[in-house]
Amino acid sequence: MPRNAGGIIVAIASGKGGTGKTSVAVNMALSIGNVQFLDCDVEEPNAHLLLHPEIAQTEPVYVLVPIVNEELCDYCGKCADFCQYNAIFVSPGKVLIFPELCHSCGGCAIVCPKKAISEEQHRIGTLKFGLVSDSKIVYGELDVGEPMAVPVIREVKRRIKRGKTVILDSPPGTSCPVIETVKGSDFCVLVTEPTPFGLHDLRITVQVLEDMAIPFGVVVNRAGIGDKKVYEYCEEKRIPILLEIPHQRKIAELYSRGVPFSLEMPEWKPRFQALFDEVRKLAGK
Amino acid sequence: MKQLTVLSGKGGTGKTTITASLAVLAKNAVVADCDVDAPDLHLLLHPSVVKTQEFKGSKLAVIDKSKCIECGLCREKCRFDAITENFEVDPIACEGCGVCTIVCPVSAITLTERISGHAYVSKTKYGFMAHAMLSPGEANSGKLATLVRQNAKILAEKEHRDLIIIDGPPGIGCPVIASVTGIDAGLVITEPTMSGIHDFERALQLLKHFNVTPFVCVNMYDINKDNAEKIVSFCRENDIEVVGKIPFNPVVTEAMVNGKPIAEYAPESDVAKEIGNMWKKVLSALQYKSG
Repeated sequence: MPRNAGGIIVAIASGKGGTGKTSVAVNMALSIGNVQFLDCDVEEPNAHLLLHPEIAQTEPVYVLVPIVNEELCDYCGKCADFCQYNAIFVSPGKVLIFPELCHSCGGCAIVCPKKAISEEQHRIGTLKFGLVSDSKIVYGELDVGEPMAVPVIREVKRRIKRGKTVILDSPPGTSCPVIETVKGSDFCVLVTEPTPFGLHDLRITVQVLEDMAIPFGVVVNRAGIGDKKVYEYCEEKRIPILLEIPHQRKIAELYSRGVPFSLEMPEWKPRFQALFDEVRKLAGK
Repeated sequence: MKQLTVLSGKGGTGKTTITASLAVLAKNAVVADCDVDAPDLHLLLHPSVVKTQEFKGSKLAVIDKSKCIECGLCREKCRFDAITENFEVDPIACEGCGVCTIVCPVSAITLTERISGHAYVSKTKYGFMAHAMLSPGEANSGKLATLVRQNAKILAEKEHRDLIIIDGPPGIGCPVIASVTGIDAGLVITEPTMSGIHDFERALQLLKHFNVTPFVCVNMYDINKDNAEKIVSFCRENDIEVVGKIPFNPVVTEAMVNGKPIAEYAPESDVAKEIGNMWKKVLSALQYKSG
């Protein structure tokens, strides 16, 4: 049976930024081949800088925001009272809408007694679709100045092909964009570095994944720097360490030039394949 | 009062390491950690908490099962798929918008406050600090970052400090926007990698969008000197001042393991000296702005 027969969704996350999520996601994808790669870090997507896909198609991402017909509006203010996000401001004779604060719940249109509110599309980002040999990549790009990443992530994830090996590259942090990304995954690979910052943010992310009941394991990147506390923590919590990537100048230099290191250091290809096999096993897939 | 935010776009470029050292060098500043879902600055500054505040971010819908007639209207109208087949509210998916409460024909649903984290006002040996911790997995990091900034401002006014240094989160989304609106300058920390360059350009666009003066620091510039040069010439062409070029040095990680800002742990190191030079440039530019 081929390595990636049958579907599995694997998210690569970290808590702390810059620990090597994208690097692990890309090298794993290239080592196993024939995957669907979704870059969910829509604020700062980077996977395409390593994968160099041929972009086949782009699509705008819209959200719905209210538009007020001032001929019908009597400035009663019910919409503004209802809105939990302060996206509507009503004063006598004037309605102001702040599309960047709107969560597109549609409630204002429902509460308006004069039926003066309808919804229109507001662009917040772009989806890009590309090809890298036998793999497909989809990534989102939030427009600069737009605050809400989650709707763009949702659009990226709507492109998931069931039955495929799907790799999700998550944004950093532990807040809503991360939840939106890892939600529904079969397994989450947490990339950390063996430093106090790495450990602190790993702990928070572990708590999130435990709450969401998503199985996970750890990849220690830049192994050899810092201290041993990440290892002690994983042992104590019985978290499997799936792979260690040593701190090497060559790996850092290749990354800086946009080259996935497994391409130039072929001994890494079987290690990333083994990482994926282990992930499948732990996910029961 | 001046406000400076340290940001980067890409994570892990050294924002917190540099902010901690600026806190040491600035002496009289209030420091604010706005990376509220993965805050790390306290690991270097060791604040002792003076005041804790509950943060009520978003609300959560609660269904009163004794009233619910299972008509399914709430599930139909909820755009966040937050109501399950069994008419339970999924707290992770619920954005607290309240649509379910107004469509429910039997008024079985109410919105309740939920505590989404905590904000802190603290003392450190380098001065006052405002910080926070979002509960894992919660939304509204932007709102909490705004609360941290309000606390920092109150502190600065009360303690007669004329500078606030803000450690920003990675990315360009809501918590970053909350960390850069209305500030006097943004110090963008980048690294000479393809991702670093890509993300730093987006961070600069964000500052431009909000009319904030940018300064640029290339961290670990000797990892790839060609890329570092590209960053410098990009800045030259766009009339942006590069205030620092910090070399890669393992002593930075050593300082972190020892829980100390590099400016205090190894003040004679090339890294600490360059941060010192950078600080002088940023400070004089900030003062010039006021004059």
